[in-house]
Amino acid sequence: MTDYKTPLAKVRGLGSAKDGTHHWFTHRITALANIPLVIFFVVSFVGNAGKGHDEWVAWLKQPLVSVLMILFVANFTHHMRLGLQVLIEDYVHTPGTKMFSLIMVNFACILIAAISIFSVLRIAFGG
Amino acid sequence: MAKAKRPLSPHLQVYRWGAHMAVSILHRATGSALAVGSILLAWWLVAMATGHDYFNTVQGYAGSALGRIVLFGLTFALMQHLASGIRHLYMDAGKLYDLKVNTLSAKATFVVSIVLTIVIWVAAYKVMGVL
Repeated sequence: MTDYKTPLAKVRGLGSAKDGTHHWFTHRITALANIPLVIFFVVSFVGNAGKGHDEWVAWLKQPLVSVLMILFVANFTHHMRLGLQVLIEDYVHTPGTKMFSLIMVNFACILIAAISIFSVLRIAFGG
Repeated sequence: MAKAKRPLSPHLQVYRWGAHMAVSILHRATGSALAVGSILLAWWLVAMATGHDYFNTVQGYAGSALGRIVLFGLTFALMQHLASGIRHLYMDAGKLYDLKVNTLSAKATFVVSIVLTIVIWVAAYKVMGVL
């Protein structure tokens, strides 16, 4: 097949969306970071199963736990945003609906992250 | 848009089902389920930050029969997405492409996710002193 790409376009490797492999690669890196964070999350939840409000708050107030929880939320919502975007790009083909869904999914993921992280901070710094 | 009868590439329904295909589809399905789960996690964190009474209300929903079914489903979804995700990372590194190994690893994700889901729930019930 004839290659019409200029040498500069080839070396930049950014493709028609001018984004290169950034989306794909970030999805993999957030997946990798999710592995230890999910283990932390699951082990913590099993360890605190059946506990009351005071105990849960005392657990989340620990600096390391607060930081890990914020990292977990930030990382998985980023991973989720990238993943849901691919689903829409693959399955929604009506141009208007596609753009609308993409924007809404991006907003929703960031909103979930903001609400969750704010709650962790409120507990961490609360009296 | 595209109303002309153009030739289409074959879609899902023409293929014979195999473990690799099931795992691939399930990876997207579990990912979507976990996205819904993230809303529940946000709700639970908001409840914890709100205070004692509201937290107990939300914990009550989580501990109800329906709540436990949803949480059990989400645990499986998380473990399946994790196992299948690790398999995908290996495939991204160019491994597991031998047909037999590929199918075997796909089946292995089910074994891993089912075992981990059961282990997590047994451990949680043990911690609660129910078992």
